[in-house]
Amino acid sequence: MPEKHPPKHAANEPAGNAQEATSADESTAAVVSVDTAGGAMEPSAVPATAQSGQLPGGPDTLLRRIFTGSGMVSVLAVLLALIIGGLLIASTDERVATAAGYFLARPTDFLTAVWDAATRSYLALFQGSVFNPRGNSVAAQFAPFMETLTIATPLITAGLGVALAFRAGLFNIGAQGQIIVAGILAAWVGFALHLPLGLHLLLVLVAGIIGGAFWGGLVGLLKARTGAHEVILTIMFNYIALYFLRYLLNTPAFQRPGEANPISPILDPTAVYPQIFGTQYRLHLGFLLAIAATVVVWWLLNRSTVGFEFRAVGANPKAAQTAGINVSRSTILVMALAGGLAGMSGVAQVAGTEKVLTDGVAATYGFDAITVALLGRSTPWGTFAAGLLFGAFRAGAVQMQIQTGTPIDIVLVVQSLIVLFIAAPPLVRAIFGLNPRRRKPARAARSREAATTGGAA
Amino acid sequence: MVRVLKLELRGITKRFGSLLANDHINLVVEPGQIHCLLGENGAGKSTLMNVLYGLYEPSEGEILIDDKPVSFRGPGDAMAAGIGMVHQHFMLVPVFTVAENVALGAEPTKAARFLDLDATRSRIKEISDQYGFDVDPDALVEDLPVGVQQRVEIIKALVRNANVLILDEPTAVLTPQETDELLDIMRQLKASGTSIVFISHKLREVKEVSDTITVIRRGKVVGTADPAASTTDLASMMVGRAVSLVLDKAPARPQEKTFEVRDLTVIAPNGQHVVDGLSLDISRGEILAVAGVQGNGQTELTEAILGLQERVSGSVRLDGKELVGRSVKEVLDAGVGFVPEDRKVDGLVGTFSVAENLVLDLYDKPPFAKGISMSPAKIMENAKARIGEFDVRTPSAAAAAGTLSGGNQQKLVMARELSRPLRLFIASQPTRGVDVGSIEFLHRRIVAERDQGTPVMIVSTELDEVMELADRIAVLYKGKLVGVVPAGTSRDVLGLMMAGIPPEEHSHSPQAGQAAGRTTINTSDAEGGDHA
Amino acid sequence: MSTTVSSSKPGKPQPGGKGPDTRAAAVSAKPVTWKTPVLLTAFGLVALVFFGLLAPTQTASFGISTGSDFFQLPAVEVNAFAGGLVLSILLLGLSGYAVYLKTKDRHVPGWLTVAFIVLFTAAFLIWVVGGARTPSISLAGLIAGSVTLAVPLVFGSLSGVLCERVGVVNIAIEGQLLGGAFTAAIVASVTQNPLIGLLAAAVAGAVVSMVLALFSIKYLVNQIIVGVVLNVLVSGVTGFLFSTVMQEDSDRFNSPPGLDAIEIPVLSGIPIIGPILFRQSLVGYLMYIAVLVVWVGLFKTRWGLRVRAVGEHPQAADTLGINVNATRFWNVTLGGAVAGIGGSFFTLVAIDSFTKEISGGRGFIALAALIFGRWNPIGAFFAALLFGFADNLQSIVTIIGTPVPSQFMAMLPYLVTVLAVAGLVGKSRGPAASGIPYVKG
Repeated sequence: MPEKHPPKHAANEPAGNAQEATSADESTAAVVSVDTAGGAMEPSAVPATAQSGQLPGGPDTLLRRIFTGSGMVSVLAVLLALIIGGLLIASTDERVATAAGYFLARPTDFLTAVWDAATRSYLALFQGSVFNPRGNSVAAQFAPFMETLTIATPLITAGLGVALAFRAGLFNIGAQGQIIVAGILAAWVGFALHLPLGLHLLLVLVAGIIGGAFWGGLVGLLKARTGAHEVILTIMFNYIALYFLRYLLNTPAFQRPGEANPISPILDPTAVYPQIFGTQYRLHLGFLLAIAATVVVWWLLNRSTVGFEFRAVGANPKAAQTAGINVSRSTILVMALAGGLAGMSGVAQVAGTEKVLTDGVAATYGFDAITVALLGRSTPWGTFAAGLLFGAFRAGAVQMQIQTGTPIDIVLVVQSLIVLFIAAPPLVRAIFGLNPRRRKPARAARSREAATTGGAA
Repeated sequence: MVRVLKLELRGITKRFGSLLANDHINLVVEPGQIHCLLGENGAGKSTLMNVLYGLYEPSEGEILIDDKPVSFRGPGDAMAAGIGMVHQHFMLVPVFTVAENVALGAEPTKAARFLDLDATRSRIKEISDQYGFDVDPDALVEDLPVGVQQRVEIIKALVRNANVLILDEPTAVLTPQETDELLDIMRQLKASGTSIVFISHKLREVKEVSDTITVIRRGKVVGTADPAASTTDLASMMVGRAVSLVLDKAPARPQEKTFEVRDLTVIAPNGQHVVDGLSLDISRGEILAVAGVQGNGQTELTEAILGLQERVSGSVRLDGKELVGRSVKEVLDAGVGFVPEDRKVDGLVGTFSVAENLVLDLYDKPPFAKGISMSPAKIMENAKARIGEFDVRTPSAAAAAGTLSGGNQQKLVMARELSRPLRLFIASQPTRGVDVGSIEFLHRRIVAERDQGTPVMIVSTELDEVMELADRIAVLYKGKLVGVVPAGTSRDVLGLMMAGIPPEEHSHSPQAGQAAGRTTINTSDAEGGDHA
Repeated sequence: MSTTVSSSKPGKPQPGGKGPDTRAAAVSAKPVTWKTPVLLTAFGLVALVFFGLLAPTQTASFGISTGSDFFQLPAVEVNAFAGGLVLSILLLGLSGYAVYLKTKDRHVPGWLTVAFIVLFTAAFLIWVVGGARTPSISLAGLIAGSVTLAVPLVFGSLSGVLCERVGVVNIAIEGQLLGGAFTAAIVASVTQNPLIGLLAAAVAGAVVSMVLALFSIKYLVNQIIVGVVLNVLVSGVTGFLFSTVMQEDSDRFNSPPGLDAIEIPVLSGIPIIGPILFRQSLVGYLMYIAVLVVWVGLFKTRWGLRVRAVGEHPQAADTLGINVNATRFWNVTLGGAVAGIGGSFFTLVAIDSFTKEISGGRGFIALAALIFGRWNPIGAFFAALLFGFADNLQSIVTIIGTPVPSQFMAMLPYLVTVLAVAGLVGKSRGPAASGIPYVKG
């Protein structure tokens, strides 16, 4: 039983090993999925997600996880981020500033003002993203929710791309560029070719996916062949794609005739996604495809040999290689698939919501996708849910800005805080006073304790 | 080297979670002595020394220097108290020069904290001259051979005026010659007043150099011994039972040769020929053990067979099929079972479930997959069967493999590799870091595989294991085959071979050895099938 | 060679799992590959075909002196065809030498790569200018402008050097620059003192860095994740405050007094180098000082030795009594302060107010410069200059009207970096422990 326990130093031990010592700690599950991406830096040190198995884990582990583990922390992280965001909103609110002026005289005024400022904004956010009771028809009341789904569509597919790569130990910061390249190809097929209904849209979709897959796969290829780091590569590829798009939009092939601005012709009506619930909502077929993509990615990761290879490479590339898995091929394939998924976002943009190609085709969806994947813990359905949440933030923020003047940027703040907090469960628990009973004593305390007990012995 | 101090550990206990690595250990290192800590791999020696060196804080107990309790908050405190340590894995920054490594942490400086490496250089020269080290202060550490790196580590401790030097398994990576040189250095250090704590599980060295021996087993001190005690006594103290050096196994009944290696050469990325023109063969139903000091090409040999090495020339034939130039997958599909030397790094995925690890190289084969669709039910079924068959102690088939003990992890890897019909079985360090109970089990499984008629190659740096399992022994030195000798070859001869000296002066030439081995084996074939 | 059977298998995954010894072996084993010679030859041929054979026959004119120089030099005139041809032949000579070295199994020395880059840039410049509608530019202006544009890049990449050398990957350079720019603007506006603004920028950058350090060192969150998220967070916070505070009262909150160029008499009149070295803003001078200080600090002092040890082999540093995580924390914080100063350049020197996303992705170019400069302050400095040059050239080619679309010029730093990580720099890595949190037993 007494196994040798060498010092646990991350520098020269697989991280899985370091995990071992703390595997009983409930924080593991939460930290782990985020750490998956850590593999990006040093593939041999990648712990995979604890849930990777998907083999039945027994009901008690599931329950435990919900109550003490990551589920609770996720909720608290969102809450905490909203609170901090609310404080930021309040801090720039005029009435709060006024009330602060006589804080000592009537502190309740100040607190009320803070509460009002924050809740007013968040209420507007909610009304802009889920349900607007002031709409003059049921359809109008649910319009915000439809808008949320619309905005969530590209977030979900690009998020799936990032999540898939995470699971294979690759940090794909390149969804932005992949969306752009996909958008270029899809848009070109959409406005330059004139094909029959159905076939045209199919070709637009295929072109977009191929575009994204090419751009992602290229990174995979470079990484596999030269060992170049994918974080650097994807960042650079984002910019290369952006400038290439800007160049194209100034060429006759892409620029709309008679237009001085860099904007493409409008896509043919045969090339755009049909709207699911009619023309009153922007929600388009792309959303159903995003659901389908989620299902496919889930199956791929958990039920297919390809996904098994991805996960094995992500968790321990050396063991994967020793087991006969072709690490290079997995790297290229997973980056291509990730790019293809991001490509679906590009298609959703040009064939769904925008119907033209501009240099803002990717907006910030590619970067948001990273936070979506992180919040979703790199699981397909988690990513889907995170995509919906961030879609709601985006949709609601527009309403919030109109109604309360709170800038959209607050969404970025809340979004990034959520991811930070989720990645650091001990911090969240500490803030909410939820630290587990068997707390590790502080270093100094520990050595003192050791000294005293030692003396007694 | 003026101050001589007495070091005492009292009731040291160290827990890692539920694991008790050290259990109330008491130990006194008298001034100017070489005190040996003898124990198996995993007995808790390194943990104890990391406690002493301030890297771990003890869960209980205290350290006394010259009878005064001290508390180390980090290695800095330990060093200040005169304790130096040479770790099993060297703590040298590879891209630094010797001087930079020696200076680090206690840097001589000029004005404004500018480094004064000249001061360090002259200190290195001084110490080098005193002990006859040949170390260039300006060489990059990564360019130095292991033996020299170890001297740099010793210099590091001496520069800091260590009165007590802890050497953690210092001979694991050394050839017998280098080991002898190290033992000389230890005697010199002792003569100049430095106490040494020498951690080892190699009885010969321990007996040769120690003044006192403390034996540790399963985290506890089981007693002290006199260096004059017999090897058998020391061994049984260390292992905790009378050691039967011979495994209860039937003699091999080798059949036709199905595995042949011819002129195999593996070139490392730095251009070194890590395996150099090596030829050997294994028959069905026999175990060939590859012996040698760690780092003499054994790892690369097995990796080359498996297809993990990039620059390989020569030929490896299994059942007449060439394996060189094939992918790992193709080699595995040809019926090669492979247990890598570092199971945690190469053998399993720690965060995958036990069930998934049991199909790590079978996941895409029926019945576990149809096309690219995997069958969780079949994988689970397989897991239950293997766990039972190999007695893998795990909470469930869904538990993460990384949470298992070393022995159970090894059983898991072995269970996977032996779960399909094999044409060749290769196991590297099959019992490294494995508890005694599991060792026996694993050894029996290996022999059973042999008795089913599989050619088996065992790579081990543990001479005991080699002698226990082998039907024939091949010794590697610097990538070259020194010779192949029959099972009963004496320890001394094997030791010389591991230092690169061929067994010419003995009556057996490698060929004769093989022939002799065969003869004895062929004459006694009574209970060959018993283990199958 | 003929006996070597090279299988078509993929490369092994990076080392790092097997302990220091194996890793050391892997690091020292830098194989002499064909990559660099082949790449250099390819670029040499590109130069020969495009800059030489297909070059326009116009004469390109490069102004050396500016009106304020204390003596005037005539403009250098180069026939684009002849110049391109000569330079491309020189380039092919260099690549030929690289091939020769490879056949002798020797590494291509650093000076060769540098010389190649310089000559290639010159050939490219002659080609671009020679093909322009107005084939004349002021070289002095071009170079001076490049240095100016490089200032935030240099600070950013120094921040990267400080962080990565100690073992923390800093993707948050962009956020540090942006935070510095914002804080400099608002503080300098309120206090009406640019020096206080500069100081506040350093503090802001340091605060961003402290968050990076806290999450990655204490909570062991993946460093890349923290970096990426921090960029978003800073962008959100500054954007929010810009809209709510600065835009409400921009006179009060967003009109920082600038840091003007300080001319050193006489010296600033030297053609070309005068404006670069002796006609800079305070931030510009600080840049030169920072590069030198960081270089000397890292390689000549006790602090530097410890920092590098922590970044290469934290466990070894720990066994020598060096507090790994404290060293990391303070170094990362220092890096953030340096980047923050770089950020102040945007609002105190370049433009006299803050706008959203004013750093415009330069943090990522700084990251690229850090890698292209091989984690060395001096290397990063020159890489940043090169990228500043590309940035500057981009705006100039639009003005003089060349056939090269400006977007491709803008793309250049990124393309060069891809080539660097994939080819020229290859697998030569940064500090071994960069990106790996240090966990004690």
